Amino acid sequence: MNDLFSRVGQIAAKTGARRTAMRLALCLLMLPLAAAPSRAAAKIQHLVSPGGIEAWFVQDATVPLIAMEYAFGGGADQDPADKPGVSNLVADTLDEGSGDLDSRSFHERLDRRAIELSFTSSRDHFRGSLRMLKDTKDEAFDLLRTALTSPHFDSVDVERIQSQIISGLRRDSSNPSALAGRKFLELAFGDHHPYGRPVTGTLESVARIDIADLKDYTSRVLAKDTLRIAVVGDVDAATLGSLLDRTFGGLPAKSSLTPVADIDAAKPPQRAFIPLDVPQTVVTFGGPGLKRHDPDFMAGYVVNYILGGAGLSSRLYREVREKRGLAYSVYESLLWMDHSALFVGNTGTRADRAGETVDAIDEEVRRMAEDGPTQQELDEAKSYLKGSQMLALDNSSKLASALLQYQLDQLPIDYIEKRNGIVDAVTLEDAKRAARRLWGQGLLTVIVGHAPQAAAVPASAVPPAAPN
Amino acid sequence: MPSTRFGYPLFAMLAAVTIWIGGAAAQTTITSDPPASFTLGNGLQVVVIPDHRTPVVTEMVWYKVGSADETAGKSGLAHFLEHLMFKGTSKHPAGEFSKTVLRVGGNENAFTSTDYTGYFQRVPREQLATMMEFEADRMTGLILKDENVLPERDVVLEEYNMRVANNPDARLTEQIMAALYLNHPYGRPVIGWHQEIEKLDRDDALAFYRRFYAPNNAILVIAGDVDAKDIRPMAEQTFGKVAPQPSIPAERLRPQEPVPIAPRTVTLSDPRAEQPNMRRYYLVPSATTAAAGESAALDVLAQLMGGGSNSYLYRALVVDRPLAVNAGAAYQSTALDPTQFMISAAPRPGVEFPQIEQVIDDVIAEVVNNPIRAEDLERVKTQLIAEAIYAQDSQETLARWYGGALTTGLSIEDIRSWPDRIKAVTAAQVRDAAQKWLVKTRSVTGYLVKDNAPKREEKRS
Repeated sequence: MNDLFSRVGQIAAKTGARRTAMRLALCLLMLPLAAAPSRAAAKIQHLVSPGGIEAWFVQDATVPLIAMEYAFGGGADQDPADKPGVSNLVADTLDEGSGDLDSRSFHERLDRRAIELSFTSSRDHFRGSLRMLKDTKDEAFDLLRTALTSPHFDSVDVERIQSQIISGLRRDSSNPSALAGRKFLELAFGDHHPYGRPVTGTLESVARIDIADLKDYTSRVLAKDTLRIAVVGDVDAATLGSLLDRTFGGLPAKSSLTPVADIDAAKPPQRAFIPLDVPQTVVTFGGPGLKRHDPDFMAGYVVNYILGGAGLSSRLYREVREKRGLAYSVYESLLWMDHSALFVGNTGTRADRAGETVDAIDEEVRRMAEDGPTQQELDEAKSYLKGSQMLALDNSSKLASALLQYQLDQLPIDYIEKRNGIVDAVTLEDAKRAARRLWGQGLLTVIVGHAPQAAAVPASAVPPAAPN
Repeated sequence: MPSTRFGYPLFAMLAAVTIWIGGAAAQTTITSDPPASFTLGNGLQVVVIPDHRTPVVTEMVWYKVGSADETAGKSGLAHFLEHLMFKGTSKHPAGEFSKTVLRVGGNENAFTSTDYTGYFQRVPREQLATMMEFEADRMTGLILKDENVLPERDVVLEEYNMRVANNPDARLTEQIMAALYLNHPYGRPVIGWHQEIEKLDRDDALAFYRRFYAPNNAILVIAGDVDAKDIRPMAEQTFGKVAPQPSIPAERLRPQEPVPIAPRTVTLSDPRAEQPNMRRYYLVPSATTAAAGESAALDVLAQLMGGGSNSYLYRALVVDRPLAVNAGAAYQSTALDPTQFMISAAPRPGVEFPQIEQVIDDVIAEVVNNPIRAEDLERVKTQLIAEAIYAQDSQETLARWYGGALTTGLSIEDIRSWPDRIKAVTAAQVRDAAQKWLVKTRSVTGYLVKDNAPKREEKRS
């Protein structure tokens, strides 16, 4: 019940165990949508603690709680090339005992005070989230301090979490969406770049990770120089400053990150097919995107909303779902990372009409690349994107997540106020240019399920890839 | 989320181990005001939950009708109608409502459960009157044409494929629920049985709509940056003009369960079940049907046995002995009729189900036979009560708690006093709840196993 992504009921499992590369990738997309001048957001402070720890901070006493989101530079892209999944395993084991507390005592201390503490690893960052009732802040921050600075990584605990991650990977091995997501990233980035490797690792790699790998990762990544923090809640600046010093002050000053090369995603069109006996065929499609500081970024963001964004207005939704009834869900989003960028879309469609669905998507993408949006579509999209700012930030955790994302994206602290002007400045010419850049070359398409009807596969398609 | 336009309709019944705390909103230690509530002349109940942090408002209309109110043979109809409610009225043709929501940056969605169907929009506060006009209009003004209805039925079938057919765990849930309920319609999936969904048509949908959609069968929840006193005139001018439907019975009577007398098991073999899984569902009272204090005791019991890393089941099966990769429990308290208490475990490779079940039975016996440690009871109660405080951070969560509780027979006071009821739960009540309700004859145990039979020849045309 606590976050946006837990809403679709699923079998509970340790959070990390069910993550897949693509799910994480898609989660990343959601945050930057959140840009909104709420009343609280209008009061963002740039806090510098006495010890020099910086945070973007909103003081708000409406509800007696504090939400903190923070990140270190260096996520799964710091995993050893032959051992994907290290950072993900660290994220799931940091709360399994630290300082003078073993795993059981640590979890007891959290639950006794209803403190919510978790870590996740994404491609570029190692992220943490801490939520507490305001009266438990000393204990909450202290538990976080020990987790970050003196994790135990006891072998029995690490093995238990490993078994959960492996169980999730086994599940994923017959899950068409997970298979499609992995294959897509492999197709886009190959296996010589960290972005092509799964954040959660593989059945084979996770089993080989040992405690030395975890320790090596934390010693290189958890440092003050790349730390970014956002806090929202019922605490004053002076108290927060001293909490931040106590929590993060003991970390090393400098991280020691392995440099990651910039990479362009593979050129479309390409197609891969993974046979799987499922009633619904899953199609993941995409291609090279626009990096966050590309001059066409906002134009691309707007025109992407028109093609495949939320709501009844998107062209893909109208053509694939509403007119033809081919799918329940069809959407496309931009995904930007520190060293590359993608657009990625997804749909699930009935097996006997998968070819028709793929063709319909191809056609809409081509049409948008060639003709761009209409002036009316552009106006409506801008109107949506401006108005939605406010809605995205209506609780403390969402606001903190957005404030962290702006920092990771290297945006100014007043970005929330500037954003609508940037949206407004997008012209029809800009949108057309961005559409050509994004979709002019066609799509990288991954199909998982029964083989689509032969007639629907264009002659240019590469032969079906072997299942993996 | 962009991926689910008509969101999470089935989450109440498909969610196996997601902790769903019944009604819970305000803790006594919080000085939040109770929501304002009044009823219009046509029977529409209105609930207003102020939250002035952001100039945003959430409008939710909850109808007291869900899949358990469908006629046998028409399973999935409540949910199908939910989809069709976006197809326009004589006043506002298809797409106009949704376009209006998007133009102002808002979002909208809808959901269907066994007992209720809900529709909501989140918009800037100054748009509320417009939203109320649209929502009141489609309460009785829906126009359906085959050209809209038939493609939408295909969409629902794809939703079925995505949520159920492609997901072995969801298929197991269907089988367990069908076996658990011998007589009550909770045994039918909210989304419906495939062969019945594919036959639903325009006439079915319209008949269901006319039968159940009316102000006297609905609750309007407004949460956000509003003043309660402004809402009444706005509601009068919009929803107040909709005529009531006198033939809707005040009481929702469904066929009830006989006293269960035999433990049941179901085993689903699926070639895609790479991680085996077992779940046991017990038939237990809901917050609405339970005796005083009993539902709160079940909330505490579920958290104690299966809520997180400190829970008895997780410790026994995952930490102390490496038998399972995961274990948990949950109690689905929000329901008009008797509901489910669920236990789940995913065995490690090489571990057989009987080993797991023995430990589960031992954990239950331990709760029944030995006093619960005061410190465990305290920890669990703190966590549950904190949920009510955390919920105050989200107007949408609050609106959902109130809507879900009020459409399943609870009152605003029931919701507000939930933290107090949790606080009052004693160790003896938790023990009694376990002893009375976690009885094998009341349960269905479901097993998901990998089907290793040779794959049938793939049909090619």
